[in-house]
Amino acid sequence: MGCVERPPRSLNNNMIMDVVVEACGLTKHYGAQTAVGGIDFSVYRGECFGLLGPNGAGKTTTLRMLMGATPPDAGELRVLGHAIPQQAREMRARLGVVPQQDNLDPDFTVVENLITYASYFGLRGPQLSRRIDDLLAFAALEAKAGAGIGTLSGGMKRRLTLARALINDPDLLILDEPTTGLDPQARQLIWQRLRALLGQDKTLILTTHYMEEAERLCDRLMIIDNGRVLVTGSPAELIRQHIEPHVVEIHGPGVDAWYDGIGHALVRRGERVGETVFCYTVDDRPLLDALSRRPELRFMHRHANLEDVFLKLTGKELRE
Amino acid sequence: MTSRWLPVWRRNLRVWRKLSAPALIGNFGEPLLYLLALGYGLGGFVGEVKGLPYVVFLASGIVCASAMNTATFEGLYSAYTRMAVQNTWGGMLAAPLAIEDIILGEIVWTATKSLISAAPILIVAALLGAVHDWQALWVLPVVFVTGLCFGAMALVVTALAKSYDFFIYYFTLVITPLFLVSGVFFPLEGVPRAVQIGAQLLPLSHAVEIVRPLMTGQPLHDVLSHLLVPLLYASAAFWLATVLLRRRLMS
Repeated sequence: MGCVERPPRSLNNNMIMDVVVEACGLTKHYGAQTAVGGIDFSVYRGECFGLLGPNGAGKTTTLRMLMGATPPDAGELRVLGHAIPQQAREMRARLGVVPQQDNLDPDFTVVENLITYASYFGLRGPQLSRRIDDLLAFAALEAKAGAGIGTLSGGMKRRLTLARALINDPDLLILDEPTTGLDPQARQLIWQRLRALLGQDKTLILTTHYMEEAERLCDRLMIIDNGRVLVTGSPAELIRQHIEPHVVEIHGPGVDAWYDGIGHALVRRGERVGETVFCYTVDDRPLLDALSRRPELRFMHRHANLEDVFLKLTGKELRE
Repeated sequence: MTSRWLPVWRRNLRVWRKLSAPALIGNFGEPLLYLLALGYGLGGFVGEVKGLPYVVFLASGIVCASAMNTATFEGLYSAYTRMAVQNTWGGMLAAPLAIEDIILGEIVWTATKSLISAAPILIVAALLGAVHDWQALWVLPVVFVTGLCFGAMALVVTALAKSYDFFIYYFTLVITPLFLVSGVFFPLEGVPRAVQIGAQLLPLSHAVEIVRPLMTGQPLHDVLSHLLVPLLYASAAFWLATVLLRRRLMS
């Protein structure tokens, strides 16, 4: 494929597997609507690759194409060395998927869910039993082995779905919003487990609406909108490239008038989102000094983060 | 065709085994009531039909109707639940299973359910003295073929369904008419010629044509051609369900 830069090829041709996903001009239309409009990207072995974008940006369609669940209308796609969708079945033997919506079997216990899903991969026998024990430990579900799905909390269900996705010891794991709807403790546990998987040289492709999650987990990420790639890079790179180092969020009575009169001259860039003014600046002193003279204005001073990048690139920009 | 469909079938069997007690009561109960109420109640007025006591005539029809209904219910409501509510098929499609594997597994499962529902009726009919001899066991493969046929047809409807309500059309327009004019309750000789021809074109009457002589000990005719009709329906419906479900689940 011509459009994707290759990492240095090592040793022998088998090491071509270092590129886990190569997508070239990947395109999908639904009727007159373009869900994915010719995107190029690659994912390398052992990295966590984030796929970010607002709802309807084309994330799920892209993931479905990667899995071979949706045939692209145009473009070339190789996943784990297999041409997709032609060799999707072979590829899926090495793939794990955590779907956005739980599709655990409600009639089965935790262990029965794992046994049943394993059977779709042709896995059975004593080796499978050992694997299931390992996965139950990994997912911290040993105590729930015989429990019905209805008795599990949201976090336990997600962990079971993750364990199920690992049943075939996949090389690549696709996670579609793996922590949506979970409480902070449950999310922490999922994050730990995903990091452990990265430590085992597995490749992760992740979508999420939580920017701090993406910032925490992803080595590289791609922000897409309207089916097109906006940017690709590491979280730190993207923050550095797109956002000033300091962010001050200001709200309170008279904030609009204050910003139009004084504030705007003290910042490099400002943005109004609802009642709040977001100020972006390289040197935060003058702005903080000015704010100290206006006690009725409440503010939060913080470092630039991925959410700022995301909102800048995909959100409504209301300012100068 | 490989055996990749087998895990799909086995998954459904595993669920059924968990819920089998109420399921079996249903499978036994309804046809048994028909057999008792109509076979003896109505039979008392009807007397003999084609040289058979009515309950004997009816038993073979009920076996076929039960095969049809069971496969139809499984292929509609249960399969729709797995497809659209529990997203079970979505999970299978993320594993190395293809849409054909899932559909074949589901169809074989609906036929298995037909066996599970028809075998008890055969037993009850035998206990009531409505079965001639051991050759009646050959009914089971015919029931299986009937299940393949109606299970596959039901999956076509499921592939098109937006909700459970849609199935009412199929029952009203297809299953109930078939139930009534396929020789289950009365011989087709008495009905208008057009209805007879219609029944000949549809699968259930062919199942009845084989099952009835097998259960009553009458001579068999044209077994192969009678089997061919439901098998043709099964194949065509399998193909159509594959096309429709690929469009629905993998577009």
